[in-house]
Amino acid sequence: MRQKAHELLSSGAVGAVLAWEKGELPYDTSPAVFRDAEALDKMVYNGFCGSNLSKYLIEQGKQDEKVLVFLKPCDTYSLNQLLSENRVAREKLHIIGIGCKGKLDVEKLRTQGIKGITGIEENETLKIQTLYGDHELPREDVLLEKCLSCKGKDHKVYDELIGEDLSADTEQGDKYAKVAELEGQTPAERFAFWRGELSKCIRCNACRNTCPSCTCLKCVFDNAHSGVAAKVNATEFEENMFHIIRAFHVAGRCSDCGECSRVCPQGIPIHLLNRKFIKDISGFYGEFQAGETAELNSPLLCYDLEDAEPNIISKREGDN
Amino acid sequence: MLKLSLSRMEELFSRINGERTLYAPIQIGEQTQFTPWVPDAAVQMNRLSTVKSPKDYFFPHIEDIAAFRVQGKEIEILDVRTEAAPFAVFGVRACDAESLNLLDRIFLDDPIDTFYESKRKSGLIITTACFEPEETCFCGVFGIDALSPGGDIATWIVDDTLYWNALTEKGEALTEAVKDLFEETDDMAVKAAQEKAQTVFDKLPFRDLNLDGLTGEVLMKKFNSPEWANLNPSCLSCGTCTFICPTCHCYDIQDFDTGKGIQRFKCWDSCMCSDFTLMAHGNPRTSQLERFRQRYMHKLIYFPDNNDGAYACVGCGRCVQKCPISMNIVKVIKALGVENDV
Amino acid sequence: MCNCEILIPKLGIITDIRDETPDVKTFSVTAPDGGVVFPHMPGQCAMLSIPGVGEAMFSITSSPTNTAFMEYSIKKAGVLTDWLHRAETGQQITVRGPYGNAFPVEGDLKGKDLLFIAGGIGLAPLRSVINYVRANRKNYGKVDIVYGARSADDLVFRKEIESEWDGIDDVNVHLTIDRAQAGWSGNVGFVPAFVKDLGFTKGRTTLVCGPPIMIKFVLAALDEIGFDETKIYTTMELRMKCGIGKCGRCNIGSKYVCKDGPVFRCDELAALPDEY
Repeated sequence: MRQKAHELLSSGAVGAVLAWEKGELPYDTSPAVFRDAEALDKMVYNGFCGSNLSKYLIEQGKQDEKVLVFLKPCDTYSLNQLLSENRVAREKLHIIGIGCKGKLDVEKLRTQGIKGITGIEENETLKIQTLYGDHELPREDVLLEKCLSCKGKDHKVYDELIGEDLSADTEQGDKYAKVAELEGQTPAERFAFWRGELSKCIRCNACRNTCPSCTCLKCVFDNAHSGVAAKVNATEFEENMFHIIRAFHVAGRCSDCGECSRVCPQGIPIHLLNRKFIKDISGFYGEFQAGETAELNSPLLCYDLEDAEPNIISKREGDN
Repeated sequence: MLKLSLSRMEELFSRINGERTLYAPIQIGEQTQFTPWVPDAAVQMNRLSTVKSPKDYFFPHIEDIAAFRVQGKEIEILDVRTEAAPFAVFGVRACDAESLNLLDRIFLDDPIDTFYESKRKSGLIITTACFEPEETCFCGVFGIDALSPGGDIATWIVDDTLYWNALTEKGEALTEAVKDLFEETDDMAVKAAQEKAQTVFDKLPFRDLNLDGLTGEVLMKKFNSPEWANLNPSCLSCGTCTFICPTCHCYDIQDFDTGKGIQRFKCWDSCMCSDFTLMAHGNPRTSQLERFRQRYMHKLIYFPDNNDGAYACVGCGRCVQKCPISMNIVKVIKALGVENDV
Repeated sequence: MCNCEILIPKLGIITDIRDETPDVKTFSVTAPDGGVVFPHMPGQCAMLSIPGVGEAMFSITSSPTNTAFMEYSIKKAGVLTDWLHRAETGQQITVRGPYGNAFPVEGDLKGKDLLFIAGGIGLAPLRSVINYVRANRKNYGKVDIVYGARSADDLVFRKEIESEWDGIDDVNVHLTIDRAQAGWSGNVGFVPAFVKDLGFTKGRTTLVCGPPIMIKFVLAALDEIGFDETKIYTTMELRMKCGIGKCGRCNIGSKYVCKDGPVFRCDELAALPDEY
């Protein structure tokens, strides 16, 4: 990857490389824009490159230059969605699809009581060195939530592929399991569940800012004239409202990249709201995956004579 | 020094809670948060940093400052201030205890913020020494001794015993009220544990983080450093770092229409927000780079420039753990500090 | 420092509203039982608010020598100012302050020849100083006021300038507008160039206020003429919330405009980042 980046940057084929940069600890990689071939020494690709670089292409796309971006299979869905909405110009991108074995969540190590992490060796079994002794854990126990329902090994948009054969066969877990469980609850139980989760919200906006589908130039929650702009949740209602509006706004556009839940400092399972929409949309209009292609084909945006009638929801049996 | 068997902690918590509201780090789901203590609560002493710092109890995320009734052209101003009820926070780490001293420099400076002051007066801090620091900890860089924490009462948990030492008058008063639970002891066990733990502190990855050269004297140089352009692009401009930071103190003042009147509150704000400096006629910081730079310049240059060299960071490591894209103050210090003189 | 409980405002009543220009009105405000809401010094500011609409910082336009009422000249620019422009006399508002430092009218300005340079609504904070100087005229030397606006209609305090300031007690006013218009016989051109043309001597102590871009060009012009930047004062405006240097948003470098300013000497400002 580094060699390819070096080649394209030095030859002037691209003006910038969007990738990940190694950090100060075994796991704290950051997205980074490299403009200098020398600096590529700091580029890294490992199990802790879970962040989705697609969103950065909106800002990067404002530059008058071509950019090389490295995307994991699931990241390409987000990019397709952005391309479909004309948020990013395809001709400004050189996309290298890279293999992925599922990305890791350092929080999962911490919740298992592992602390003082000074080294991590990545294999099927993770070897973790800490200030307090070594640990070994199966890799699958430390996967990010989003990797538990992997979309597969295929890149949906790319110019070339590197190491795609290194992708692990991932098991497609039932991504709707938790949604179905919540659907099975009484409204009171479900409300209690969401109140418990949403009351933790500190309105840091990380979920919104990282979301590749949240692309409004000015978010309604930042607009002083919108009447709903707020820095904090002054009431429970506002707490709920922020998340409900956010979920509604990405409905039909969310590719389920899972970044919202990954970045939430409070561990709120925000992706479940998105998945409820995805499940319903797929139920009403037929199986749909946003970002499968770069066409604008969301069932919520495209009318079809065969579409479900609008009153389908009130008719739906057993739903509450 | 006093000691108490850990098996009797529930009794201690219950007694403190009887006298004043008690907050403690309690495990909720997979997170540890300071929350009101209730009998049988899962008090979590192994995880060092709670998601939010205990600054919330002194400088709340949201706090009413006044209320108004508006009728036609008339306005009635209602004073909603209440005397803060006595409370105690147990399990505060040395870094977070020091963060309150930094907040004091802001809120207790003339003119005093009486909202903060009343909570500072009625709140009691019971700290706990950190014998097992995390790799993200770097309080030592700021001269904080995690093995001898401050606050009103310091405690040490060694094996199955809690050691307890009052440090202030307020701490003495509470100690007096619960003294019958404790036994007198010497500090031999604590000293031995401190010595043993020091070897771990000496191995922390950020122990040598160098702050030299980060002073008000080089304000313009650091402000104009080319490093900002390298550091900033990854930043999502969310407010995670500012809201979990124990020293961030910026706030907004907003009005909320309750339907019956107007409630005016102050709430945490973040310099990462695009409207932080937005005025009707323009905005002095329109780019994310400028906002990102502001946060770190404030912590590493402006704050020390105004506060006898004290940095607005206590090395708690929360931003290192929680930044969604791992762009944190350690990386900024390394990029701007003396090791990289730009 | 502020003489009120911090953040909790006092009540004021708008007793008079005067149209200055199409988008500037001057509001007279008194305490509920008459008189000023609180005493202040020229250059200081106050937080005005209509609960539920907004709260913002405004310069106190009236001189401290006016103890009957306070004045605020407010340009219609945002949510709160739009609302105030629709208000009628008798409207109550909330007021807190005074905030910030003041022009050194009892310090470095005393006994000096003064030059005031203002653009647009920027005359509002200087008006407080000008009227203070006029009320204590013997304490100061020559007074010249250079004032410009986009058009003749945009000159604030025009009546006061013409009937009370210009040519009275050795005070001279020099007006300019950006573009020529019918009925205007005065100077046409931008303020910085006009200042150069007027040929003031270097010894003047200068007070500048106006749009940021005008201030920058005026300072450059003064520098060219050879004015000493330690004798030039300006007043800044940034978004503020608390007014007391705690909420963290109005900083320029390590200075807070609400507490360390709004009045800065130009040499102080030059040592700070250009983030205003």
